[in-house]
Amino acid sequence: MDTILNIKNLSKTYQSAGKTLTVLHDISFSVGQGSTNSIVGPSGSGKTTLLGLCAGLDRSTTGSVELNNINLDKLGEDKLAQVRNKYVGFIFQNFQLLPTLTALENVMVPLELRGERNVRLRAIDLMDKVGLADRWHHYPAQLSGGEQQRVAVARAFSNRPNILFADEPTGNLDDETSSKVVKLIFDLNKEAGTTLVLVTHNLELAARTQRIIRIKGGTVVSDTPIP
Amino acid sequence: MGNDQKYHSSIPWLFKMAWRDSRKNRSRLFLFVSSIVVGIAALVAIYSFGYDLRKNIDDQAASLIGADLSISTNKPVDKTMQALLDSLGDRRSKEQSFASMAFFPRTKGTRLVNIRALQGGFPYYGAIETTPVQAATSFRNQRAALVDNSLMLQFNVNVGDSVKVGDITFLIAGVLNKAPGQSSITSTVAPVVYIPLQYLPQTGLSKTGSRIEYTYYYKYDRKIDIAKLVTAIQPRLEKDDLSYDTVEKHKQSTSRFFADLTRFLSLVGFIALLLGCVGVASAINVYVREKIGSIAIMRCLGVTGRKAFFIYLIQIVSIGFIGSVIGAFLGSFVQQILPVVFKEFLPMEIHTSLSWLAIGQGVVLGVVISFLFALLPLLSIRKISPLFTLRLSYENVNLARDPLRWLIYALILLFIMSFTYLQLHSKMGSVFFTIGVMVAFMILTLVAWLLMKVVRVIIRNSWSYLVRQGFANLYRPNNQTIILVVSIGLSTAFICTLFFVQDILGRQVSISSDANQGNMILFDIQNNQQEGMIALTKKQGLPILQEVPIVIVRIDEINGKTAASLGSDTAFRRERRGFNMELRTTYRDSLTSSEKIVAGTWTGKAIPGQDVPVSLEEDYARHIGVKIGDHIEFNVQGTEIAAVVSSLRKVEWNRIQTNFRLLFPSGVLEDAPQFHVILTHVPSAKVSVQYQRAVVQAYPNVSIIDIALVVSILQDLLSKIAYVIHFMSAFSILTGLIVLIASVRISKYQRIQESVLLRTIGATRRQVLTIIALEYFFLGALSALTGILIGIAGSWLLAKYSFQLPFSINLLPAVLVFFIISILTIAIGLFNSNGILNRPPLEVLRRDV
Repeated sequence: MDTILNIKNLSKTYQSAGKTLTVLHDISFSVGQGSTNSIVGPSGSGKTTLLGLCAGLDRSTTGSVELNNINLDKLGEDKLAQVRNKYVGFIFQNFQLLPTLTALENVMVPLELRGERNVRLRAIDLMDKVGLADRWHHYPAQLSGGEQQRVAVARAFSNRPNILFADEPTGNLDDETSSKVVKLIFDLNKEAGTTLVLVTHNLELAARTQRIIRIKGGTVVSDTPIP
Repeated sequence: MGNDQKYHSSIPWLFKMAWRDSRKNRSRLFLFVSSIVVGIAALVAIYSFGYDLRKNIDDQAASLIGADLSISTNKPVDKTMQALLDSLGDRRSKEQSFASMAFFPRTKGTRLVNIRALQGGFPYYGAIETTPVQAATSFRNQRAALVDNSLMLQFNVNVGDSVKVGDITFLIAGVLNKAPGQSSITSTVAPVVYIPLQYLPQTGLSKTGSRIEYTYYYKYDRKIDIAKLVTAIQPRLEKDDLSYDTVEKHKQSTSRFFADLTRFLSLVGFIALLLGCVGVASAINVYVREKIGSIAIMRCLGVTGRKAFFIYLIQIVSIGFIGSVIGAFLGSFVQQILPVVFKEFLPMEIHTSLSWLAIGQGVVLGVVISFLFALLPLLSIRKISPLFTLRLSYENVNLARDPLRWLIYALILLFIMSFTYLQLHSKMGSVFFTIGVMVAFMILTLVAWLLMKVVRVIIRNSWSYLVRQGFANLYRPNNQTIILVVSIGLSTAFICTLFFVQDILGRQVSISSDANQGNMILFDIQNNQQEGMIALTKKQGLPILQEVPIVIVRIDEINGKTAASLGSDTAFRRERRGFNMELRTTYRDSLTSSEKIVAGTWTGKAIPGQDVPVSLEEDYARHIGVKIGDHIEFNVQGTEIAAVVSSLRKVEWNRIQTNFRLLFPSGVLEDAPQFHVILTHVPSAKVSVQYQRAVVQAYPNVSIIDIALVVSILQDLLSKIAYVIHFMSAFSILTGLIVLIASVRISKYQRIQESVLLRTIGATRRQVLTIIALEYFFLGALSALTGILIGIAGSWLLAKYSFQLPFSINLLPAVLVFFIISILTIAIGLFNSNGILNRPPLEVLRRDV
């Protein structure tokens, strides 16, 4: 299996009130293409920081991140934005839809950014896949939490990403809605052959992935493949 | 990583995103730019009016001068010159004008007027407008006069009554409504009485010593190059101190005057625009803060920092464009009102027409200014990290550390300075204006910053919650303290400066009731009338405060050089100035209280056989390029007097008494032809009328300046100027109000959640309103107070350095402004919050605010 994400000796420190705060310390792992992975750990363990670094949303203090064989540490902000647009999909706990865009437009944005044509048809197709074919003209504020997350899922898959990062995708949803959204993520992931990196507290959800990376106090404490 | 080309070439997409992102925000965005609408309207109105003026002056210039060519002098011409003057034109007219008393026998009214003794068919362009119409022609052939409309009304006289000018009485043939080149203001200051020139000798007013202006008007029926003609005769005219005016020259000088006026007014409009810009910058700042979440999401999806910046720049510039277009058309509407506002000052009727050039200038200016002032807050967009999608912490968004902001500050300053320079055409003026605006901004920002610091320190836990919360709102995150203090403070400073300066100028033209200070000046008293005049004055029970002999002299030589020897070489322009005019001088052995020697030594008595030691006023000496020790040869009615400049004096010209640029010592001019000036004090209007009537009846040639009348004319003039300035400053006040409303509305969005939460946990409407009222009271009161202090400082600077007048202010308008601004701020704050407080908390919590 080819490696799509390669993390080497990654550390992240912050300066806070004159003191150095180490959030991540010497983390190394790699993720194979098409695999499903979860990062679990208690609050404050550094899960979200790690996700941000892996996805090129932030820069590490030391160490390196290679995504799709591109060393993110050497890229400027504009190049990082291009990498995200081209190879990465995101799903956030709080949906993060653009409030002034309709559901359909939110799905179209990543494609439009790439300068693709006929993006509307693909977006409508995705909206259909997430079960919101009749709600595409609604604004986020007019949708329920579950519906918003489904739009976010459709948007995450719209640019046919090589890797999908999901940060607590069910954190703001009730159990029933969570199950539907999780099923949707895994189904679409399987269909598209996308690599999935999931950050969650939810061990039941983590168990659905092929591998669980546990972190605590900023270091990896276990890295277990699920049979 | 290929496909870069496609990735970067999505300009239409940027516009599409800008459009999409502006949804739900467009009314707010428009509120932001509404601040500049009024400023643009003011400028477009002034620019359009300026173009209207220029066009109307071009169209009507001939009727302003009334002839193809006019030639003037203040002394009778010799035979050679007369021959030249008689050789010009196909048709010609003559006019002699001077100040004299007019007496209306039926109502016994008398007043100093401008007598114009006319001969010929003048005007050849335009018309002397009279009631009845035929009077403009008929008065020329009989002993009849045309009397200015304002005089007719003032003295309650009618056509058919009579007016006495000098020794003879004229039938009033008609009411003079308008003469070429005359405006309402000029007729108020010096009302005109036209008489036929052939009757002037009989009036006895054209004697030596009278200040008569001789004007010759020419009309060419054949086609002739006036400019070429003037070039040919100019050296002759200059040699004999004659000046000329042509349609072209008049067009230029009138255009220049009104261009200066419109430039000044456009600066007043620019202040309104600058105030609006403060509002725009502040509003965009808040807007960007609110958009951090959306920008971070876009960044996550692959939008680069630069693209995100352009999305919002497109929004702001587009809305700035729409605001500018609205402002420009509003300005075109205001343009229609300006001829009415300026009516008193215009020598002609103004026909307005829509000026696309002015509209274009306004729109471009609006777009540039919204671009420049939006850049500062928009810069921060480039720095918004996609990481905010994971952890949104507003405090971490540092919007003020970008080094590019210094470039933008520089661009803004450069813009203000360039724009001011284009209006003022003065480098120093534009630098001072820019520094003044900067200092005012800095002071207000500092005051706001200090307020936040001080409030943070002085708040005590023992205070009631409402007061603590009201105070704390001044420094808590997303407060509007700096923007409100700056915008309210600047508006207040501007309004107060106008009031104070108007008050300072007004005081200068107020009359003193002190019996020792003169309030009536009588001049043109001949030698043989002097004793009788003094006796008449004393008989009326009035004091003789000053009795001054006046001698008319001319300069023939300065340090051995004559006007002829200096030729027309431009290097001697300054030196030549001294030869060009008659000087009215006096002689005495001591200085008056309004004079002070600033160089050399004052000598009160001439020593026979030596050059006469004369004293010159310092500015006049500088004007003609003369210094202490220079020799001047004076011509006193044909007698040469050699003099030396022994001293220079500083003169307080604003004292009501006779003052002179040139002063002789006693012992030289006593026997020269002279006339006299008497200064007296009349205690009441009734005595004034009786005295003037007695003087005019006994000595018709004597002219009287009634200072009370002059003061009332000046006050009238000042109030008319003040009206125009108030009209223009209304734009700034309106802008200040809009910025205030916009800023309060913006802060409303910040406060909604918190007010609703307060209500949810049990705060009453009244409690929430008290917190809001306290916050806005502190803001309004402190801003108004700072603005008033800046206004006082500004008017002090203007009084001291620009008008050179003593500084004193009337604090009553300032106190009124303070209360009005404070109450207005609270009212707008409460009014804006009322909508939220009238709804159930849940309804508001559910809304996507």
